[in-house]
Amino acid sequence: MKYNGKTYLANEINDQIKAAGGTATLTEVLGERFIACGLKEGVVTIEGTPGNALGAYLDGAKIVVKGNGQDAVGDTMNEGKIVIHGSVGDTLGYAMRGGKIFVRDNVCYRAGVHIKEYGEKVPLIVIGGKAGCFLGEYMAGGIIIVLNKDNAPDPIADYTGVGMYGGKILVRAESLDTVLPEQIKCRRMEKGELSAFTPYIKEYSAEFGMDESALVSGTFYLLEPDSNNPYKRLYTNN
Amino acid sequence: MIDFNVAPFEVVRDYDKCVNCRVCERQCANEVHHYEEGFGKMISDSTKCVDCQRCVCLCPTKALKIVPNRNSFRPNANWQQKYLTEIYKQAESGGVLLSSMGNPEPFPVYFDKILINASQVTNPSIDPLREPMETRVFLGAKPQTIQRNAEGKIETKLPPRLKLSMPVMFSAMSYGSISYNAHAALARAAEKLGIYYNTGEGGLHKDFYKYSANTIVQVASGRFGVHKDYLEDGAAIEIKIGQGAKPGIGGHLPGAKIVGDVSKTRMIPEGSDAVSPAPHHDIYSIEDLRQLVYSIKEATEYKKPVIVKIAAVHNVAAIASGIARSGADIIAIDGFRGGTGAAPTRIRDNVGIPIELALGSVDQRLREENIRDNVSLVVAGSIRCSADVVKAICLGADAVYIGSASLVAMGCHLCRTCNYGKCNWGIATQRPDLVKRLNPDIAAERLINMLTGWNHEIQEMMGGMGINSIEALRGNRLMLRGVGLNERELAVLGIKHAGEV
Repeated sequence: MKYNGKTYLANEINDQIKAAGGTATLTEVLGERFIACGLKEGVVTIEGTPGNALGAYLDGAKIVVKGNGQDAVGDTMNEGKIVIHGSVGDTLGYAMRGGKIFVRDNVCYRAGVHIKEYGEKVPLIVIGGKAGCFLGEYMAGGIIIVLNKDNAPDPIADYTGVGMYGGKILVRAESLDTVLPEQIKCRRMEKGELSAFTPYIKEYSAEFGMDESALVSGTFYLLEPDSNNPYKRLYTNN
Repeated sequence: MIDFNVAPFEVVRDYDKCVNCRVCERQCANEVHHYEEGFGKMISDSTKCVDCQRCVCLCPTKALKIVPNRNSFRPNANWQQKYLTEIYKQAESGGVLLSSMGNPEPFPVYFDKILINASQVTNPSIDPLREPMETRVFLGAKPQTIQRNAEGKIETKLPPRLKLSMPVMFSAMSYGSISYNAHAALARAAEKLGIYYNTGEGGLHKDFYKYSANTIVQVASGRFGVHKDYLEDGAAIEIKIGQGAKPGIGGHLPGAKIVGDVSKTRMIPEGSDAVSPAPHHDIYSIEDLRQLVYSIKEATEYKKPVIVKIAAVHNVAAIASGIARSGADIIAIDGFRGGTGAAPTRIRDNVGIPIELALGSVDQRLREENIRDNVSLVVAGSIRCSADVVKAICLGADAVYIGSASLVAMGCHLCRTCNYGKCNWGIATQRPDLVKRLNPDIAAERLINMLTGWNHEIQEMMGGMGINSIEALRGNRLMLRGVGLNERELAVLGIKHAGEV
């Protein structure tokens, strides 16, 4: 199904996507919000720029954006895959608990805030370029990888991992000068340690038709919290 | 190190009555009582007592009583004993003081300064035992206009609504803060009564999906346990922005409580803390809130009303006005006396405003702006009896939430130590040996009994006023009079003083 979203409200678009079994190509998309909210199956291909809350509560479907995304892409996403052929705005994957998000280029503030994992459900965010401030804030689980494909000097920004109490953030960089919060342990990954994560980098490269060899080479830093009980010592029973 | 603290309570045992049966010892998770072989009698360590009254209730010979400790510091109207003991605790630990349940401090309780009207001679009262009396309430947006088609048939599509048999619901209390059995009791009672209970921010246990028609599911900043099936399983979805006991701050469920099914239901690993950040980091404005409201509506195909819950704070009327324009169907407002499983003492006792004043100003503001019918208003924190319900409705509420009152019905004695995780009544604990003390069938029956009684009382009060439908009571401020309130207080509440015509 082809669809020109230009003159419609999001719920009409979503009704039509569902009527088509979840698989649709939307063209000339210009800021329509809530596209594919909670969608369980199918592949939605979007040409243009979808509006905020694209794929919120996504539950198994795949979304491919041939362009940039805006704010709150994949908010509270549970399962499925979102692929952005460009950059996205703020709060990417807020409180996500499963599924995968691949952003070819950069993400703005507060990506991966409070993502969490449970059992086999481990959310994954792969960012091809750089990330803005507050990446992985309150992060409770899951994996965020910043590939820094253009080898920028500062691929992550201030307050990365602030309040983080679970999960892993990987950053590809020659050196990491960003000032990190006290409770974050940051170390250069050893040779061979990356192998557990290379399937995700390969998946990113495959989605965007890139050469993976450049992306898996170089230095990676691993950011982890020092405790999953950050507030244990904060309180006194009264 | 010297322990500067003194026990707040004294355990008094009448040894003439005590038969050394050791029930008190087995019942106390705080380990106050033990049998001393050498003395051949029961000994109590008052320093550990929280005054939950469990041992008192279960003592077969009624040999026990718990009284305030007669040992006291030198009386001082300014430096009350509690301030000294709190300083001792902090001087020892360096910690933030943590308390539970609602604000116990002696701020005015406005419900106790409001009186209800009754008919005499000119407008006959109604006997609810003989005449129909409507306490059913629908919550949600009300359409402003009616559209008809060419044949004159009504075409207006009603927004999704909640139908309540009486204007009371159980407030949000998460599985984790309260026990499995407590949740089971609330769910069963809600189903039987035709009202709703609220999951709080802890996800919904698989066993309780069968009560979905009477379940409100909550989405808070941590988004614990939130996924599409969870949203679809609620009769309504509540976005929690704030809570009366701790406005402006988030919540931390300690890792020690994230065990077994709590971990599974919240979808976070065992032993990990569950942190609900203070704000939703995707909501910085009414426009952002609107976006979350509509993303939820999109995900649930516009079939469920969305509630936005806020704490009663100084500018609550302006905030409510924004929420009423955000697409939300219901606004829930929680007053500063609302309960909690744990909150910093200073926040609980010093932040927020009374629900009576918040409700009075919100209802008046929404009416002035002609947006009152965009939303229903549900108020909480704290509603203690049916008269509080009637007064809240007269002040403009559509319904109320009760949390503490429902726990009390199940056996809670408001000892305010939920944060210890050792609730002897099996309510605010995850310890299996304690949880099984609460029989969910009996607890559900007690909840049903309490609200059945309240409903009769509400009908009696309505009948006394000559009103036979709760709709006619809503915002009916002429049915209220204040006693001992100043002009500002009366103006905010929107009521007259007793004696004024």
